[in-house]
Amino acid sequence: MTTMTNTASQLEQDVDAVTADAGRKRRGESDDDTRRTNWWATALIAVCSLTVLIPLYLAVVVALKTPDQLTQGTGFELPNPIRWENFADAWVRTSFPQALLNTAVITVGSVVFTLLTSSIVAYALARNIHRPFFKGVFFYLLAALFIPFPIIMLPLVKQTSILGLDNQAGMIILYTIYGLSLNIFIYTAYIRSIPIELEEAARVDGASTWRIFWSVIFPLLMPMNATVGIITCVWAWNDFIMPLVVLTEPSARTLSLAQYVFQGQFNTDYTVAFASYLMAMAPLLIVYIFSQRWVISGVTRGSIK
Amino acid sequence: MATLTEAVRSTPAGSARKRATRTRNDSSRAPATYYWMVWPAVIAFAAFHTLPVVVGIFFSFTNYAGYGAWNFVGLSNYLNLFRDDRVLQAYGFSFLFAIVATILTNAFSLAIALGLNAKIKARNFWRGVYFVPYILAILVIGYVFQFFFSNSLPKILSGIPLFRDNILTSETWAWTAIVALAVWQACAFAIIIYLSGLQTIPAELYEASSLDGASPWRQFRSITFPLIGAFFTINVVLSLKGFLQVFDPIVALTNGGPGTSTESVTLLIFRGGFSGGEFAYQTANAVIFFIVITVVSLFQFRVLQRREADF
Repeated sequence: MTTMTNTASQLEQDVDAVTADAGRKRRGESDDDTRRTNWWATALIAVCSLTVLIPLYLAVVVALKTPDQLTQGTGFELPNPIRWENFADAWVRTSFPQALLNTAVITVGSVVFTLLTSSIVAYALARNIHRPFFKGVFFYLLAALFIPFPIIMLPLVKQTSILGLDNQAGMIILYTIYGLSLNIFIYTAYIRSIPIELEEAARVDGASTWRIFWSVIFPLLMPMNATVGIITCVWAWNDFIMPLVVLTEPSARTLSLAQYVFQGQFNTDYTVAFASYLMAMAPLLIVYIFSQRWVISGVTRGSIK
Repeated sequence: MATLTEAVRSTPAGSARKRATRTRNDSSRAPATYYWMVWPAVIAFAAFHTLPVVVGIFFSFTNYAGYGAWNFVGLSNYLNLFRDDRVLQAYGFSFLFAIVATILTNAFSLAIALGLNAKIKARNFWRGVYFVPYILAILVIGYVFQFFFSNSLPKILSGIPLFRDNILTSETWAWTAIVALAVWQACAFAIIIYLSGLQTIPAELYEASSLDGASPWRQFRSITFPLIGAFFTINVVLSLKGFLQVFDPIVALTNGGPGTSTESVTLLIFRGGFSGGEFAYQTANAVIFFIVITVVSLFQFRVLQRREADF
C-alpha cells in the first residue's frame, strides 16, 4: 500500500473533474508533489467536511444547554449559560460507570483474545494451505463472511442463554469467534509474504513450532495486529445488535445498549440525553484524535492488499 | 471487508498453488502442532456459528414459536413468506434503501476521495475529519440526527411543509432521512478505500493523456475510473451487502415507522422472532434473506469484475 505523502503526485486532472475549472499547470518529473496547491479543491473539501462536523457540533451544544434554551431555539445556538449538570445527571441516570466498565471489559477482552487466537490460526493455515485439511478449514471460515447475522440471531440467543453466556464473557467469546473469518483473511495474506527461510533457520536451531510462532512470527505480525486490533475494537465498542439480542441482565449493558434503553426514559429530556450520547462516544473519539494517522493506516492496510 | 480486493484480483486457490510450489515437504503430513493450532478454533466456530445456522434452518421447517411445543410443517413457512405483505414490503424497503444508499455512498465518497487526493492544504487533517464517522456508534450519532430531523429542521426550514412536519413522520419520505444517516457513516470507510485506490495510479498516464489533449472528464472516464475498478467493485459489493442488512440507523431514527413503512428485513426478523412469537417463520425469512444476499453479491462480482481494467 502506498503512503499518502510520497505518492501524492497525483491526478490534478481528477480534481479538475471535481472542481470544474481549476489550475491548468502540469507537474514536474520529481517524486515530490510539485503541483501548486489547489485552492478550489481545498475549499470544497473544507465545505463538505461540515457535514461531518455539524452533527458533532450539535451534539456538544445541545448537551451544554438548559432545557429552556433548547425549546426556544433550533438547537444550534451556543449555550448560555452552560449547564454542566447535564453530564452529572446522565452519569447517574444511565449508570454510566457500569456501562462504561462493561463496554471496556468486552472491548479489551475481545481485542486481546482475537489477537491471540486469530493470528495463531492464520499462521497454521498460511503455512499449510497446500494441505487439503487446512485449505478446507480456510474456505470453511471464509464462507462465513457471506452469512448475514439475522440468520444466526434467533438460534444464537437460545444457545447463549442455555449455556449461561448471555453476559460480558459471552460477548467476548462471540466477538472473538465471529471476527475469525475476516481476521484470518487479513493475517494469511500477510503471513504468506514472510519468507519461510526465517522459520527454517529457527527450526534448525531446534525451536518448536510454538516457539517459532511466538518469537519469530508474532513480532513480525505487529502491523496486522494493529489492523485487526483497531477493527475489532471499533466493532466491539460500537456494536448494537449483538448486545441487544444476547445480553439479558441490565447490569451487563454496554454503552450503546444503555443509550437505547434510556432513550424511552429520556423522553423529551434532550439535554441530558445528549450529554449521555457524548459520554458514550467520547472515549473512542479521544483515542482516535490522538492516534488518527495510525488508525487510518491500520484500517487501510487491512482493506487493501 | 478487508483484503477483499485481493480476492477480487486473484482467487485464493491461485495463491495457494503458488505457495505450494514454494514450500518444501509438500507430501509429508504437517507437524501435529499445526493441527493443535487450528482444531480449537474450528470447534468453537462450528459451535457458535455453524450450529446456530443449522439449527435455524432446521426450525424453519417447523412451527416453533420460540417457546413450547412444535411440529414439522414442511415448506409452509417459506410459502407463506411470499404471500405476506409485511415481508414483501420489508424486502421492497431494504432494496430501495440499499440501492439508493449504495449509489450515493459511492458517488460522494469517490468525489471526496478525488478532492483529498488533489494537492490541498492540510490534507491529513481533512482525511482525519472525514474518517470520524467510522469510529462513532451509528445508533448513538443516529439519535443526534433524530433530534436534528425532528426538532431542528422543522424550525430551520419551517417554510417547507415536508420538513416543518418532521420528515421522520412522513410515510413517503422518512426513508430518505435513514439514507442520509447511513450514507453519512458509510462514506468514511469508502473514502479511505477509494483514496488508496487513487494512489495506485501512475501519474505518467495522466501526463501522456494530457499531451494527447484529453479533457479532465475524459481522463476520469478513461483512466481513473477503469483503474480503480477493483476498489469500485469492493466498495459497491460491501456497501450493498451492508445496507441490505440495515438495522441501527432505523432503530435510531424511526424504529420502522411510521407504521411499518421503514421496516427492513433485519428489523422484521428481530421483531417477529423475539416478540412476535414467529421464531420459525422468521428463521425461514432469514434463510431466504441469506440466499438473496449471496446471490446479489455473487451477481455483482461477476458484472463488475468484467468492467475492471489493469495496468
